[in-house]
Amino acid sequence: MAEDHGSPRAALRRGFFDGLPFLAVIVPFSLLFGVVARDAGLDVLQVFAMSAIVIAGAAQFTALGLMQDGAPVLVVVLAALVVNLRMAMYSAAMVPHVGSAPRWQKMLLAYSMVDVAFGASVAEYDRRPAMTVAEKMGYYFGNVLSVCPVWYGCTVIGALLGRAIPASLSPDFAVPVCFIALLAPMLRSLPHLVAAGVSVVGALVFAGVPWNLGLLLAAGCAMAAGAQTEIALARRAATR
Amino acid sequence: MIGTGTFWAVTVLLGLGTFLIRYSFLGLVSPERLSPRVQVYLRYVGVAILPAMVVPMVLWPAASGGTTDWARLVAALFAFAAARRFGPAPAIVVGMGALWLVGAIFG
Repeated sequence: MAEDHGSPRAALRRGFFDGLPFLAVIVPFSLLFGVVARDAGLDVLQVFAMSAIVIAGAAQFTALGLMQDGAPVLVVVLAALVVNLRMAMYSAAMVPHVGSAPRWQKMLLAYSMVDVAFGASVAEYDRRPAMTVAEKMGYYFGNVLSVCPVWYGCTVIGALLGRAIPASLSPDFAVPVCFIALLAPMLRSLPHLVAAGVSVVGALVFAGVPWNLGLLLAAGCAMAAGAQTEIALARRAATR
Repeated sequence: MIGTGTFWAVTVLLGLGTFLIRYSFLGLVSPERLSPRVQVYLRYVGVAILPAMVVPMVLWPAASGGTTDWARLVAALFAFAAARRFGPAPAIVVGMGALWLVGAIFG
């Protein structure tokens, strides 16, 4: 392919612009966190610290709710960590792409790993398999640069103003819409479609599993289904 | 009211634990040690997790008390179609727009 996007800096710029649409979910979610956290009695510094140290919206909401209920520290932390367990799968999925990058870059990547940056990046890596490790890192951090500063900023703004996006605009719906926007372009082959289908069925079947673990069960089944489909297709192509 | 000690203990431990989860495989596994088979599996992580996260949010949204809201279901389908056809940014506009429109007409 003669496409020349071949520099980490170009990849960074592309990642940055590809991240911008997802501010549609970052802004309302982070504003809301700021408001809810202030209503729970946190001061602005605490709100900012939590967002900057944890950067994981769903886990932050979980932790906040449990702290308000007066749950013990260990319970709060464990419950919120379970919400983040899916990110171990993200971490594994990034290894083939950027595993050979310098340690400090991988640590920075791990610190800033959010659903949007992960989803946008692996979709890009799929689209452009020729990317170098440096370009892949560039794209990822470009994405992070467009969403993470806004995440910090809007949690603080939410805490200061005490006002979120009105519920009448259904800002909560931005979360599934953004995930759909990330997902749809990934469905580029039969194995991907199989994986997504199994994921949907798994989510329905395991909906009753407590602690958010149904998500991991569904994802595990879906990952295996996609991979096995790819392997079966390759085997059939080889024997033909 | 959340105690200051509780807050900082939770934030520091949660931040540390979350970092360790995110760094886990990146920090411990070098890419050469991944068998081709494992690499095939890992290609499907994104496409395996996202639908399972979307389904409950669309079917049983907390905003409607966990009961199915048809407007959201329809809007999600529109977003999906727009994402397939036009890409992420239009999908977000179409998805939110469809929900607001259905809400304005039938709400």
